[in-house]
Amino acid sequence: MPFIPHTEDDVRNMLNAIGVDSIDALFDEIPAELRCGELTRIPDGMSEMEITALMAERALADSRAVCFIGAGAYEHHIPAAVWQITTRGEFYSAYTPYQAEASQGTLQLLYEYQSMMTALMAMDVSNASLYDGASALAEAVLMAVRGNRKSKSKKVLVPRSLNPAYRRVARNIVKNQGIELVELPFDPTTGATDLKALSDHAGEDFAALVIGQPNFFGVLEDIDAQTDFAHDNGMLAVAVVNPLAMSVLKPPGRWGKTGVDIACGEGQPLGAPLSSGGPYFGFMCCTQALVRQMPGRIIGKTVDLDGKVGYSLTLQAREQHIRRSKATSNICTNQGLLVTAATIHMALLGGEGLARAAAACHANTAELVGKLTALEGVEPLFDGAVFHERVLRLPAPVAQVLRTLSANNVLGGYDLSQDYPELGDALLVCATEVRTEAQMSDYAAKLKAVIHNPPPA
Amino acid sequence: MLIHEQSQAGRRATAQAPKVKADLAGIPAHLRRDDVPGLPEVSEMQAVRHYTRLSQKNFSIDTEFYPLGSCTMKYNPRACNSLALLPGLVDRHPHAPDTHSQGFLACMYELQEMLKEVTGMKAVSLQPAAGAQGEFAGMAMIRAYHDSRNDDARTEVLVPDAAHGTNPATAVMCGYKVKEIPTRKDGDVDLEALKAAVGPQTAGIMLTNPSTLGVFERRIKEIARIVHEAGGLLYYDGANLNAILGKVRPGDMGFDVIHMNLHKTFSTPHGGGGPGAGPVGVSERLIPYLPVPMAGFDGSRYHWITEDDHPETIGRLTAFAGNAGVLIRAYVYARMLGREGMVRVSEYSTLNANYLMKKLEEAGFQLAFPGRRATHEFIVTLKKEAKEMGCNAMDFAKRLLDYGMHAPTTYFPLLVPECFLIEPTETEAPDALDGFVAAMRSIREEAQTNPELVKGAPHSLPVRRLDDVRAARELDLRWQASS
Repeated sequence: MPFIPHTEDDVRNMLNAIGVDSIDALFDEIPAELRCGELTRIPDGMSEMEITALMAERALADSRAVCFIGAGAYEHHIPAAVWQITTRGEFYSAYTPYQAEASQGTLQLLYEYQSMMTALMAMDVSNASLYDGASALAEAVLMAVRGNRKSKSKKVLVPRSLNPAYRRVARNIVKNQGIELVELPFDPTTGATDLKALSDHAGEDFAALVIGQPNFFGVLEDIDAQTDFAHDNGMLAVAVVNPLAMSVLKPPGRWGKTGVDIACGEGQPLGAPLSSGGPYFGFMCCTQALVRQMPGRIIGKTVDLDGKVGYSLTLQAREQHIRRSKATSNICTNQGLLVTAATIHMALLGGEGLARAAAACHANTAELVGKLTALEGVEPLFDGAVFHERVLRLPAPVAQVLRTLSANNVLGGYDLSQDYPELGDALLVCATEVRTEAQMSDYAAKLKAVIHNPPPA
Repeated sequence: MLIHEQSQAGRRATAQAPKVKADLAGIPAHLRRDDVPGLPEVSEMQAVRHYTRLSQKNFSIDTEFYPLGSCTMKYNPRACNSLALLPGLVDRHPHAPDTHSQGFLACMYELQEMLKEVTGMKAVSLQPAAGAQGEFAGMAMIRAYHDSRNDDARTEVLVPDAAHGTNPATAVMCGYKVKEIPTRKDGDVDLEALKAAVGPQTAGIMLTNPSTLGVFERRIKEIARIVHEAGGLLYYDGANLNAILGKVRPGDMGFDVIHMNLHKTFSTPHGGGGPGAGPVGVSERLIPYLPVPMAGFDGSRYHWITEDDHPETIGRLTAFAGNAGVLIRAYVYARMLGREGMVRVSEYSTLNANYLMKKLEEAGFQLAFPGRRATHEFIVTLKKEAKEMGCNAMDFAKRLLDYGMHAPTTYFPLLVPECFLIEPTETEAPDALDGFVAAMRSIREEAQTNPELVKGAPHSLPVRRLDDVRAARELDLRWQASS
């Protein structure tokens, strides 16, 4: 029996000890009329050899293309050691460190993670993870509404230039508590948040202002002005950032005069493979003043009975297993294994390594954009500075172009027409540090062919 | 020692970063960082050795018996991991077009179909990232259902007092007030109290069955009738699905919406606190509200079902398709088990729990619900030991660690004093269960003859008992250069 060790003798002896004559007798408290029959629509079991062959076939079916899509998930080099150690059974098959003495490995690692994230973000405090970047934004909005002592407003300003999936997820989650997300337009020339439109909200009552860096278009925002605007108007400043970018960009703890109040985002660029969108991890940092409003696990350093240093879950009075209906969030299981990978990833790359990877992404995207905009009719849509993504205008409908490119095994980017119809034939492209010059040239050649020989509509 | 304390300025794992430092000239100076982030500077081998050693300070399923009640800590088959990491799956971009996603989508579609069958629900979405997010999706769907009928008087959610803390926390996140329903002495929900509590204000009830008390709620049909007649819906918390797989289905019990914890029942790794996966299944009337995306199949090609195809959806709760890599692992596990293997999960987890319960009872430990069958877990109360020997459940738990076993869940559910919630799972052989009974006997003997030994436990772990009060009072949440 797969994964069940019992021999026939075992079963007989156990049933004798219990005093029943069959395993089925142990289900005698379930009303007979509720019992289900055979699960006919579930196939027969497979051996490891059989499932390996099936999965190899399926994996192969999806594995031909070179990817220039970013849009919230980025292909990076992950050191071999990261997942080899992360999938050691002692990390992989442990659970939430409720028994601290038997979980010092995970607990110390999480404390190191919190130390690394606060250093990267230049913030006071980090939690031990949320589900992903989008749900982290939702939690940040809830936290800002709870934690803003100057405002009782249940409205939050969110830029239209922020990842549309994040805005949708945040809305889906916070609307149940009567919280409203108010959209801020972007400047059609730069692609950054329209500061004039922002200033129109001066003096109005909002719980928080959300600031993306970079924003969904890859464009860099004027984070200092926006952070100060938030604080000057009684709002909390909530940063949504790419953590890899923070190795070369001004970190949220230093934005404006005092830094932001909450910084969150998608941790995927720190050691998580693309893996169809998950598992990734959401990160969240905040100021010391807001620590008791933080959702999720937090690890603290302490000592044992002999005065020896150790680590444990702390401030648990915020959490659902203690506070139940009064908890800061319902989150329980989070993304521990991904944080394990991120911690090892950051230790291996260090600040210098992350900065090099980030700079290489920036340079590669600039090179790709150069190659693509050399084609007639392809031009950058915005003139704002970018990190590692840029929006291009194409001389043909994007969906058609992408379809032809993908038939030639190039995933050419993210089609913005659904989320931003006002932008016309706009394509978001990305070339991280793993893309080679040859791959970029190949993309340009294939795009040229598509544009010059457009497929039938 | 922290990795930070091993750091030497200028040391690097050189092979891991681009060789050349590229130019950032395209980024204005005032937007740039003016220092290198203060991360550890170590060699590759130092990092590998450090984290390997840290891993060795953990208890885990792969190294110890881990009977943590309500968490289903069973063996995580290695093939599930290695196949999820196949190139093509592990490097598939979430926005890859359907033409380059047929292999992945086939797995997702088939997983949805298998979960439908095993739960008796009419449709399944794999979107939620963990159990608590599955609960959120479920309650948000219940809310969307009432809203669609303009039934806005339903402001209250009923939750039994034995429920997981996530249940009341979730109800509040969905904008509801929580009303607790008491439990009877035999572990079943108090129906009289339930009848008195329901009314036009009832949006629904959140129920775990088998309950967190380790017993099957026998009058579930009656509960369903009472709540449905009052116009409320029934939410099933799938934390204990392992106990009933292939024996009884939430859909047949009358539930309208359920979540499953794939990191429990479908054996994906717990990972030191996640990632989980919390798919939701629904009855007919809630199908329009299921979260997206879902995998669809038109008979020849697989495709995504999104907001456009499913306009009344509660939407997505994570940016992409949930914890896809976890779902792949669950898919592999489900295919390896197959039809017969799924039934064996509940049979052997129940056999193990009842055997262990019997043996502990014979050894003189007091059961919280004597006379009831164990499901896949059961509760022992150590209030007698606490009173007579001065060693409480926490002391026993810590001493078990010295015996090389992870402690059961302690002090939950809250209504049983000095309790152990014990879940051995189906993947343990009876030898491990006998070993646990022997350890419990031995600890009780120590509690009688040398209570300080038990109260001071653990003695053989990397640290002894930690000062949690100090941890919360003198908050130290990160390493700082000066500390």
